[in-house]
Amino acid sequence: MPEVEKYDVLVVGAGPAGLSAAFNAFTGSNRVGLIDDNPAAGGQIYRPSQGKTHPWVGMSVALLDKVGITVQCGLSAVDAPDPGILAVQSFNGKRLLRYEKLILCTGARELFLPFPGWTLPNAMGVGGLQALVKSGLDVAGRRIVVAGSGPLLLAVADYLKKHDGLVVGLFEQAPMASLKQFGLSMLGYPSKWMQGLALGASVGRMLRADSWVVEAGGRSRVEWVKARTPKGEEQIECEYLACAYGFVPSNELAVLLGCATRNGFVTVDDLQQTSIANVYCAGEPTGIGGVDLSTTEGRIAGLAASGREDQARSVLGRRERWRQFAANLDTTFAPRPELKDLVTPETIVCRCEDVTAARLSSPDCGRAAKLHTRCGMGPCQGRICGPATKFLYGWDQGSVRPPLYPVPIAALADSEPTNG
Amino acid sequence: MPDKITVKIDDTTIVVLAGTSVAAAILNSGRAKARRSVIGEARGPLCGMGICYECRASVDGVVHVRSCMVPCADGMVIETDA
Amino acid sequence: MVRNFDAIIVGGGIVGCACAYYLSEKFRRILVIEKGEIGGGATAAGMGHVVVMDDSPAQFALTHYSQQLWNSLYPQLSPDCEARLTGTLWVAADEEEFSHVEGKRQFYQSHAVRAEVLSGEDVAKVEPSLRKGMAGGLRVPGDSVIYPMTATVWLLDQARRNGAEVLQGKAVMSIRRGVVELEDGTTFEAEYVVNAAGGHAPHLTPGLPIEPRKGHLIITDRYPGYVHHQLIELGYLKSAHEMSQESVAFNAQPRATGQILLGSSRQFVGWNTEIDRRLVEKMVKRALLYMPEIGSLSAIRIWAGFRATTPNKLPIIGRSPDDPHLLIAAGHEGLGITTSVATGRLIADIASGVPSSIDRTPYGPGGSYQHA
Repeated sequence: MPEVEKYDVLVVGAGPAGLSAAFNAFTGSNRVGLIDDNPAAGGQIYRPSQGKTHPWVGMSVALLDKVGITVQCGLSAVDAPDPGILAVQSFNGKRLLRYEKLILCTGARELFLPFPGWTLPNAMGVGGLQALVKSGLDVAGRRIVVAGSGPLLLAVADYLKKHDGLVVGLFEQAPMASLKQFGLSMLGYPSKWMQGLALGASVGRMLRADSWVVEAGGRSRVEWVKARTPKGEEQIECEYLACAYGFVPSNELAVLLGCATRNGFVTVDDLQQTSIANVYCAGEPTGIGGVDLSTTEGRIAGLAASGREDQARSVLGRRERWRQFAANLDTTFAPRPELKDLVTPETIVCRCEDVTAARLSSPDCGRAAKLHTRCGMGPCQGRICGPATKFLYGWDQGSVRPPLYPVPIAALADSEPTNG
Repeated sequence: MPDKITVKIDDTTIVVLAGTSVAAAILNSGRAKARRSVIGEARGPLCGMGICYECRASVDGVVHVRSCMVPCADGMVIETDA
Repeated sequence: MVRNFDAIIVGGGIVGCACAYYLSEKFRRILVIEKGEIGGGATAAGMGHVVVMDDSPAQFALTHYSQQLWNSLYPQLSPDCEARLTGTLWVAADEEEFSHVEGKRQFYQSHAVRAEVLSGEDVAKVEPSLRKGMAGGLRVPGDSVIYPMTATVWLLDQARRNGAEVLQGKAVMSIRRGVVELEDGTTFEAEYVVNAAGGHAPHLTPGLPIEPRKGHLIITDRYPGYVHHQLIELGYLKSAHEMSQESVAFNAQPRATGQILLGSSRQFVGWNTEIDRRLVEKMVKRALLYMPEIGSLSAIRIWAGFRATTPNKLPIIGRSPDDPHLLIAAGHEGLGITTSVATGRLIADIASGVPSSIDRTPYGPGGSYQHA
C-alpha cells in the first residue's frame, strides 16, 4: 500500500530551477517537498562530477537541509491520478504525494537528429557523454568528436579536455555569422564573460561553424565520423561521438496535468503559473534558457506558490534579461534545414522499435505511421524519436498517458492510500 | 576519497570507484554494448540521463535496468545483452 | 461531383478493409472512405487474437469460418503482420471451471477443431509463469495471433491492387439509398454501401443497436519466452458474455517482439478515452492471481479502445431491411480481428447474390436488429 505524504508546496525536479523554487517556497511554517529521479540533486547541468558535488548544489542542499527540506532522490513522477495527488515510483515501490501547490521543474533533454550511424555504440549526446564521464567513464587518451549545436558543445569539449580526452573535432551547425552575433550579445551578460573567455581560450580554436556530422561508422562501435564543413567533407577517426542539437522541454507531466503548451513549451503567466490554477512551472519546460533563467524562474515560482507574490514580482526584471538570453540562444542555434537531409531510407529513426525512415515516409503521417510501425511505442515513450520526427516530418507530440515512465506492473495495482 | 569496489560484468571482474554508474563501468571494462536492439544491433548509452532506454542491462538478475541511472555496488553482477 | 462505384465501404478498420478486399475480388469499382487513420479505431486497440469461440453456435460458426480464411491468407501476409500460431490456452483456476473444460473439448472436436485437455501439472509445464495449482486447461493449438494494424493495411493494399480506391480524411455525413454524402458536400453513388463504421455505425444508420464498450490494454517491455500461448481465463467468457456495467478478465498474449500484451477490461462509459486507473488496477490484480510474477515486469504503455457491442454479442452482417442498397458490417465486440475476414467474405457474397459457406441468418436483420 503506498504511503501518502502531504505538502503545501511540492517541487518536482532538483536541478537549478527546482532547488531555487524549493528554497524560495519555504516561508518558515509551510511544508515543502522536493523530489528528483536522479541519484543526486543538481539536474543535468550540475550533475555530480566523479563523486564531487557542484558547489552551488552543495550550498543549496545545505541551505534546504537547514530548514528541514531534504531532497528526495530516486523518485520518478509517473502519474497524476487525481487533483492534488502525484504518484511517484522509486526503487522500493510506489508512493502518493499530496500537494496544495505543485511546481514543475522537470528540465529538458537533448534533441537528437538521426543520421547514418547514430545508433552505433559510443555515439552519444553531448550532455550524454558528459554525464557518462561525470559518472565515472574514463576517456583519458580517447579521440572524441563533439558536434551538434549550442553553447554546450564548448562547455563539454572543455570538460572532456580537462578529463584528458582528446577532442579531435568540434562541429557547430550554426552559421559563423550567427555565432559572432551571439558572441556580441554576450556583452550584455557580464556574469558569463569569465566562462565565455575561458571556454574560448580552451577550445575556441577547434570550433568549426557551418559544420555538422553526416555519418558515423565502425564495425561494432564508433570508429570514424564524416563531417560536412565549408571546406568540404572530412573523415575523422575517433572513439566517441558526442552529438546533439540543443534541447527540448520535458513537458510530459505538465501535459498530463492538463497544462496548456505552445510549441511544446509550458505556457506560464508572469508568476510562472500554468493554465492549471495550483500548478507552476519553472526552468527549461517554459523555454530553453540555461541555468540563470532557470534559477530566476524557480525563485519566482517558489515565492508565488507560497503566497508572496509581491516579492516574486521584484524578480521579474532579472528574468526578463535572461529571457532575452534564451531568445538569443533560440535564434542562434536553431537546427538548420539541411539536417533533415542526413537521414537515408535505411537510417533508424525510432531506436526502441528499430523503425527506419523508409517505413515512415509514406503518405500517412503522425498517428497512422506510429500505429503501423510502432514508432514511439517503445520504452522511451517517444522522448527520443518524438522531437526527431517533429523536426523531420512535422508530426505533433502524441497524447500523454500514464505511466509517464515504464513502471513495474505491480505498481498499477497499488493505489489505495493508507491514510487520507 | 571514494572507495574502490568490485563488480562483475559478463565474464569480467573489474574494480571501479564507488559511485561509478553501471553504464560507465560497462564502458570502462572495454565493452561498448549494453544491449541488442530489436533487429540485433549492438547499442550503448545515448542520453546519459535515463530517458532513452538504450543503456539497459541486467543488474543482479533484474533485466531492463537503465545502467546510467544506477551506481555500482560492491559485488554487483551485471550482464549485457541479456 | 457524383461518382459511381459498385460498392462503397464506410470505415477503414479491419472489418472495412476486409470487406474491401473480398469485394474487390468480385467487383472493379470499390471505394473505401475513412475519416481518420486506417485501422485507427477499435482495430488499434485489438489484441490480434484469432480465436475460435464457442459462446454460441452462431459465434462458433463465424469464428471458425473466419479462422480458416485467415489460415489461407497467412502464407501471403507480409512479415510485419507477425502472424504466429501460438495456440490458445484456456486456463481453469479451480475445479468448478475445470469441470466445463471437457464439454468444451468435445464441442470443439465434434466441429473439427483440435483441442486437448491439460491437467494442472501439464499447464504448469507448458506455461511456467502461471501460478502453480491451476486446475487445468484446454489447449486449442489452431488459434493464432496477428498484429491488427499491419494486417489491416495488408488487406487494404490487396484491395488497392485489385483497383480499389481509398479516400481518407473526410467524414461521411449520411448514407441514403446508395448515395454517400461527405461533410464537405461531396457525394458518391454505389450499388451497395457498406456501413463498417464500428462503434460509429449508428450515427450513419440510426437504430443500429451498437454501443461502445471500453477496454484497456497494457504492454510490457521485452521478455521473450515468458508466455507461449495466448492465455485466457475461462472466466473471460463470463466477462464478455454478461452485459454488466464493468468486468475484467485475465488475458495475456506473447507478441512476436517478446512483449506481453495484457488485458482485458470491459465497461460502458460512452466514449471517454481517459485511462481508468481504477479499472486498470482491477485488471492487473486479476492478472496477478494467474501470474504472480508478472508484477515485476515493466509496463511501458497503457491504452484504451472501444469495442462495437450489440445486445446479442453477434456482429450485424447483412442487408438493411429499410434500404436495399445498404449493407451493415459492424458490432464485432471483442472478436473484430478474428471475424473481420469472414465478415468481408459474407458481405461480398451478399453483394454478388451468392450463398455463403455458413448460414448468414444469425447475423442478419432477423437476428441482431431485434434488441435482446
